[in-house]
Amino acid sequence: MKSAEGNKGTKALWRVLALLLVFVMIAAACGDDDGDDGEADDGSTASDDMDDGDMDDMDDDGHDHDDDMDDDGHDHDDDMDDMDDGDMDDMDDMGDMDGDFSAAFLYISPVGEAGWTWAHDQGRLYAEEATGIPTVFVDSIDDTSAADTEAAIRTLVADGHDVIIGTSFGYMDTMEAMADEFPDVVFEHVSGYKANETNFGNTFGKIYQPRYLTGMIAGAATETNQIGYVAAFPIPEVARGINAFTLGAQRVNPDVEVVVQWTSTWFDPAIEGDAADALLEGGADVIAMHQDTTSAGLAAEAAGARWVSYNSDMSEFAPDAYLASAIWNWGPRYAEIISSAADGSYAPGFYWGGYADGIVDIGSIADDVDSDIVAQVQDIRQQMIDGTFAVFSGPLFAQDGTQLLAEGEVMDPGMLLGEAFFVQGVVGDIG
Amino acid sequence: MIFGLTFPEAAVIGLLFAAIQFGAMIYLASLGEMIAERAGVLNLGVEGMMAMGAVGGFVFAIETGNPWLGLLAAAVIGGAVAMIHGLFAVVLGANQVVSGLALTIFGVGLANFWGTDYEGLRPEVQFVDVDWGPLSDISWIGRILFQQSPLAYSAVLLGCLTWFVLNRTRGGLALRAAGESAATADAAGHSVLGLRLFAVAIGGAFAGIGGAYLSLSISPGWTVGVVAGRGWIAVALVIFGAWKVRRVALGAFLFGLAMALPNRTESFDLPWDPILWSMLPYILTIAVMIAGALVLRNRPPPAPAALGLPFRREER
Repeated sequence: MKSAEGNKGTKALWRVLALLLVFVMIAAACGDDDGDDGEADDGSTASDDMDDGDMDDMDDDGHDHDDDMDDDGHDHDDDMDDMDDGDMDDMDDMGDMDGDFSAAFLYISPVGEAGWTWAHDQGRLYAEEATGIPTVFVDSIDDTSAADTEAAIRTLVADGHDVIIGTSFGYMDTMEAMADEFPDVVFEHVSGYKANETNFGNTFGKIYQPRYLTGMIAGAATETNQIGYVAAFPIPEVARGINAFTLGAQRVNPDVEVVVQWTSTWFDPAIEGDAADALLEGGADVIAMHQDTTSAGLAAEAAGARWVSYNSDMSEFAPDAYLASAIWNWGPRYAEIISSAADGSYAPGFYWGGYADGIVDIGSIADDVDSDIVAQVQDIRQQMIDGTFAVFSGPLFAQDGTQLLAEGEVMDPGMLLGEAFFVQGVVGDIG
Repeated sequence: MIFGLTFPEAAVIGLLFAAIQFGAMIYLASLGEMIAERAGVLNLGVEGMMAMGAVGGFVFAIETGNPWLGLLAAAVIGGAVAMIHGLFAVVLGANQVVSGLALTIFGVGLANFWGTDYEGLRPEVQFVDVDWGPLSDISWIGRILFQQSPLAYSAVLLGCLTWFVLNRTRGGLALRAAGESAATADAAGHSVLGLRLFAVAIGGAFAGIGGAYLSLSISPGWTVGVVAGRGWIAVALVIFGAWKVRRVALGAFLFGLAMALPNRTESFDLPWDPILWSMLPYILTIAVMIAGALVLRNRPPPAPAALGLPFRREER
């Protein structure tokens, strides 16, 4: 009797202990959301101290990249790293008690070495340099979780940040609600379609313009006249990219076909690599893609095919396959948002910048691309910068041959924004 | 043309190749889960163990420059993380479902944290597909069976080994006894605790290898979310395979097909929205559960009788 009771007591104790430890484990696992300021801090320290080899490479590449692209970005990175640390520490120690104006960025994934979030972080560093206003970021905030997004934003607001820039589509509704609740904070959302009258604005860019240029390079490179396009979801943003890419390819190669394989993913390396394999098996010898991973490029590299990357210059991931890339250059826009918020002139709206605004560009072009094609690309690029070249202009035909635009006609913004069709030359179904 | 569908040769070969590749990856994790369950321990932490294996394998492969050392590390790390579940669920007798779920959350979180500095790094080290010489040149079969990653062959080897140990050795008998009737195994002089801990550790090691298959072979590199729910499919597969090595293998191949087919809707010119096709693995999971429940309604369940029950001497 006695021993049985004792046994029961021990059992209950063990159970409580086990449950407690499980809770500790859960708390530890979720902790990386809470401790993000710290993480960001660690991140920049690490880049100075730890990963010398890799990071140095990266910095060097960063320079080349900047030099190619625009002339204003020379010694950013090194200065930034040092400055960063100082600022971050200040932020941590004093919060915003000194009244300094500061901006915070919300990222969907870690910064890494390339891709969507990396491009945004380059923009953040640029803005910090250009405006002198300190910035911080929190990464890996799941945009499918409104609760996580809201918690991250509340923390940033409580820390005293005056501008919150969210760089993933799914943050939109939460940011809209937070903008209502915190009217003194400026919220800018990237890639969505909502804004308010006072403190919630929207930013995106005409990435289809550089996609047209990468299409020209891909169209000249293909020998099978078949280009595979690993596409994310059948939404206008993706369709517009495919169409612009196809029109660019047709400009230099009228016989070219662009075969579209949907993956229904933004970020699933295993699936995207496999979809690229499937397109290569089907006879494509150049791969283009829309997702945030490099796996389509790795598949092309393994198959001895060529590859056009997106978001950032990913040449180092697949050096033999890489042809060109359509890339984002968020820096000037972020500097504009932050400085206008600081001097009170910020006005929310729908910003959709293009080449003329410097928000999009093409990355490095592979050395073996024909110099005549490069010259043509540079020529069109200049026309885009000057605003004299429209990607979607007549005569333009839909996939089934119906004429969309007559000779001399230019697509109006409404049709451009709602593009839910394929142009002639695209193989595949949309919605 | 069958039923108005076209079957281009290259696409069919590619589909079968990819199905085996994906299938072998899930099979490894499933096999490990099956071993743990045959010993009576349900471990829902497969997703977490796979994530740890994926990041650990990649980190060690990059740091040592050798993918095999990465693989070894993934197995060790998977086994070590599994021992968290071993401590709570086996030694302390805590609820296995809760402890397993916690392991998934913990494992994925820790993997993401650990991988921060390795996120999106160039995969300088990865497994190269095996070249079997003349065998690899055979049409159809050469590509499908004899140009796979070394990990696909290790999955087959581990499957055979698992079958042999479970069904043809005294140790395997003891392990199954611990899962069917722990008290009997105990009375026969076996250490139920030891057997179960061993099974959980091996299960974790297999899941770790499955994770490394992703990060070192299928989509080389580490990124948050690379496992993408495949650990859960591995758990479902054990039920699908009725806790039998060969049936789990068959199920893994089917799920591999279900993963590979949505990526080829264009090659096969399949009807319907691609998004519907990408649901296939998950629809299959649910269908299998329902079918299993219906088929087994009037039969003894194939699950190990002591599955999920903690063992403490003299309690029952």
